[in-house]
Amino acid sequence: MNRIHDLGGMHGFGPIHAEPERSEPPFHEPWEATACALMLGTLRLGRWSLDRFRHTIERQAPLDYLRRSYFEKWFEAVCELAVAEGLVTEDELRTGVADTPVRPRDERWTPGFSTDRAPRWAAGDRVRAVVRNPAGHTRQPRYVRGRVGTVVRVAGAEPLPEAAAEDRCEVGHVYLVRFEAAELWGADATGRDAVYLELWDDHLEAA
Amino acid sequence: MGHDHDHDHDHDHSDVPPPLALRVKALQSVLAAKGIVSETTVDRIVDAYEHRIGPHLGAGVIARAWIDPAFRERLLADGTEAARDHGIRGLDPGVRLVVVENTPDVHNVVVCTLCSCYPLQLLGMPPVWYKSAPYRSRVVQDPRGVLAEFGTDVDDDVEVRVWDSNSEVRYLVLPERPAGTDELDEAALAALVGRNAMVGVERVLPPADPPPAP
Repeated sequence: MNRIHDLGGMHGFGPIHAEPERSEPPFHEPWEATACALMLGTLRLGRWSLDRFRHTIERQAPLDYLRRSYFEKWFEAVCELAVAEGLVTEDELRTGVADTPVRPRDERWTPGFSTDRAPRWAAGDRVRAVVRNPAGHTRQPRYVRGRVGTVVRVAGAEPLPEAAAEDRCEVGHVYLVRFEAAELWGADATGRDAVYLELWDDHLEAA
Repeated sequence: MGHDHDHDHDHDHSDVPPPLALRVKALQSVLAAKGIVSETTVDRIVDAYEHRIGPHLGAGVIARAWIDPAFRERLLADGTEAARDHGIRGLDPGVRLVVVENTPDVHNVVVCTLCSCYPLQLLGMPPVWYKSAPYRSRVVQDPRGVLAEFGTDVDDDVEVRVWDSNSEVRYLVLPERPAGTDELDEAALAALVGRNAMVGVERVLPPADPPPAP
């Protein structure tokens, strides 16, 4: 989706405000710690994939996405998924009182990390990131669409994010691809810099 | 809502969500009451990230790589296995740790432009700036400008590599060992290695005060 989360290459967000490293706490408020633990605690139930969780955040309205803090985005996504999966109801979220049973579910999201298919690309291949505007989740950032890079190596095999976001596991190869900065950013690139991404078979075509 | 009103308002109070902290508490209570996520589980996860898992773990890996060439080789060849052997826990199946080495010719910096993927198992919770729009939007397009904001100047003839963590790979930067640290042992070296250096936005600096002569 062409959503606000896909931030790479955008302008206008201002300077980076970094807290001093040695004094920044892992959580700034107690509720952030709880929200984090609830996200991790519910993720391991296998009721949804990490990509479905990411997709839920990506679908938050752009103004909400930018206004909400990081753990607030996490919390809203956990609430939405917990309701969708029948773990809790909206009423229970309002009252804090449990008064409905959990909806049972037999199958569990289980990611796979191997495939029998042979890799399509090998180190040194020139590849183009496909131009597409998928309606759903993807991990192919917008800034790389249509750009040509070089495969560095077959990096592994992982569930295709597009399918994983719908709790379907379709394992594909992922390739580490190097994109020269000038290929991505044109004359605004500096030095001989480069960006490295990992892309799936479905994200690449021969250049 | 049973509180008194003495102010003018024209909105329906039922439209105003309770404060976030209360909503989080409500979800926590319901999930605990249903046995989905227990209070103990929440406490254990919070305790882990507040007290056990943090940049000191990554720093230990870096310091060992600096003093043990065989470990360094293994770390660069297969970061996941080497980190596991070193005692790093929580590298779940499917998560791949890739360690990228800074040299006099190459400077590496890590980002996740699409969300906030980060090597939690070695560095703990990411800092707020790492998850922020300014960092995520700019570092892929203007890495040298971002590095300069962190006080890190990179010479023109040094190549900057930006690693966008868009898959289940997690990147850790192996910084250059600072000069003048030959006498330091593994623990003293680890104490020099900060989180920002392992993300790649800073370098590891030599100790402020030289160690006393032996």
